[in-house]
Amino acid sequence: MTATPGAVVRQSPATLPRRILLQGKYEAVAMLRNGEQLILAVVLPLLALVGLTVTPLLDGLGGSRINIAVPGILALCALSTAFTGQGIATGFDRRYGVLRFLSTTPLGRPGLIAGKVLAVLTVLALQVAVITAVALPLGWSPPAAGWLPGLTLLVLGAAAFTALGLLVAGTVRPEATLAITNLLWILLGALGGIVIPADRLPAVVQGIVHYLPSGALGAALREAFLFGTVNFGAALILLIWTVLAGAAAIRWFKWN
Amino acid sequence: MLRVVSGVSLIAERGQVTALLGANGAGKTTTIECAQGLQSRSGGTISLLGQDPGRSGADLRSRVGLMLQDGGLPPSARPIPLLRHIAGMYARPRSVDELVERLGIDSFARTSVRRLSGGQKQRLALAAALIGNPEVLFLDEPSAGLDPQSRQLVFELIAELRDAGMGIILTTHLMDDAQRLADYVYIIDAGRNVAEGTVAQLLQRKPAVESGEHIRTLLFEAEAGLNLTGVLPETITVSETRAGSYVANGPLTPQDLAALTTWWAAHGVMPTSLSLAARSLEDVFLDVSGKEIR
Repeated sequence: MTATPGAVVRQSPATLPRRILLQGKYEAVAMLRNGEQLILAVVLPLLALVGLTVTPLLDGLGGSRINIAVPGILALCALSTAFTGQGIATGFDRRYGVLRFLSTTPLGRPGLIAGKVLAVLTVLALQVAVITAVALPLGWSPPAAGWLPGLTLLVLGAAAFTALGLLVAGTVRPEATLAITNLLWILLGALGGIVIPADRLPAVVQGIVHYLPSGALGAALREAFLFGTVNFGAALILLIWTVLAGAAAIRWFKWN
Repeated sequence: MLRVVSGVSLIAERGQVTALLGANGAGKTTTIECAQGLQSRSGGTISLLGQDPGRSGADLRSRVGLMLQDGGLPPSARPIPLLRHIAGMYARPRSVDELVERLGIDSFARTSVRRLSGGQKQRLALAAALIGNPEVLFLDEPSAGLDPQSRQLVFELIAELRDAGMGIILTTHLMDDAQRLADYVYIIDAGRNVAEGTVAQLLQRKPAVESGEHIRTLLFEAEAGLNLTGVLPETITVSETRAGSYVANGPLTPQDLAALTTWWAAHGVMPTSLSLAARSLEDVFLDVSGKEIR
């Protein structure tokens, strides 16, 4: 329904679910239209998947290369979208006053955050679909019992990375956010226990990798998609990261 | 605690344009951001449509429109999808098409926000502020970056919204904006308001320093839409501040008065009020704040 132009009538907001849904859709489309984000979200994880299946890096770990590689790649997708992609977008939105403006519309600050979470989950769902569509013909054979714990833990990991991404984006300049989130993507991707299991990493990092959100998510997804079991220790670590980073983001996030 | 604003008290009515006039750093933006709920305040009371903007929810936000100085529009967005997106946040938005046409946004509808000129961005930001058909509209430096045509367009729209009953609060450091748009002006300096009144009232304030200055301002009311182009010399600017309300600024001489009254006589115009002042709004501003302003 459209109001008569110029006539002052009492306005009311659209319902909260509708506002969040609209913002989630808007941000998801913006992410998917951004070339750099697409490379980060889809192209690099697919290249990593191919790389891990044609090299002997994951040999001798008690499963086929592809079965060990795919869960790690799914974890990498969460890191790409929830942490690096979302962090960079939020950092620049903050710089250009977009967060400030949207927080004055009926959407508000909580609606804005909820919209971002929804956008991250939407893009992540598309990534899972693409990776699955590529991996199944390559011989990926996850146990049926692995999907429920696997996808649940993936969402939990995405929550932890979203909170961390918002923390970085809300506290430093967007250029610094760009540098930090990209650098951490490379470091955590290579050495954080995401795609390469902790016991294949140098001894110095092995001790801490289990406690990182990257290592916890990588280990939890491998356990779910290899054996259909839940790694409660890793889930707890992810939960702690989500709560701590979320609280820190609420405390220190600067809207302008 | 930093007290940026500590003595500002003001009222903005429905159906009026209320201007906050002040130099950069005077406390205009802080005042207005507290009123919008963008900044939290350490003291004082603010009532916006009867609610406290510091704790307001979506209901109050849906009834208030904001045009921020930095725009706050995503650089990669295109104007029309962006406006449709914002419109979706309201239960009864204005028609996007009508606003787009009215503000001339259709001429750059396919350009991303990043590539728009300052004036185009400003018009889009105004459309974004109006899409929810607000009861209260905040405008922060609305004519920044506007070319004369856009400025006219925007000012006409603001006057129309005011006449339709919208309460409009405008911050500006431009005398001309305040003079042309405002029904009531608050002059803010060093975090407090130092003078207030209608433009005519402010112009007739007794000067703090008596001077043998010439008459600088002439105000008159008559029928709306008079075309006074060429009646007075170029050193004098004439504008119709609202329908039927005219102001002439500049070094006025007896010859100018004769030219104006002759023109009225020739066109059968009888003004309903006429007043002269030795000062411009700028003089008043300098008097009360002692600061330079454009």
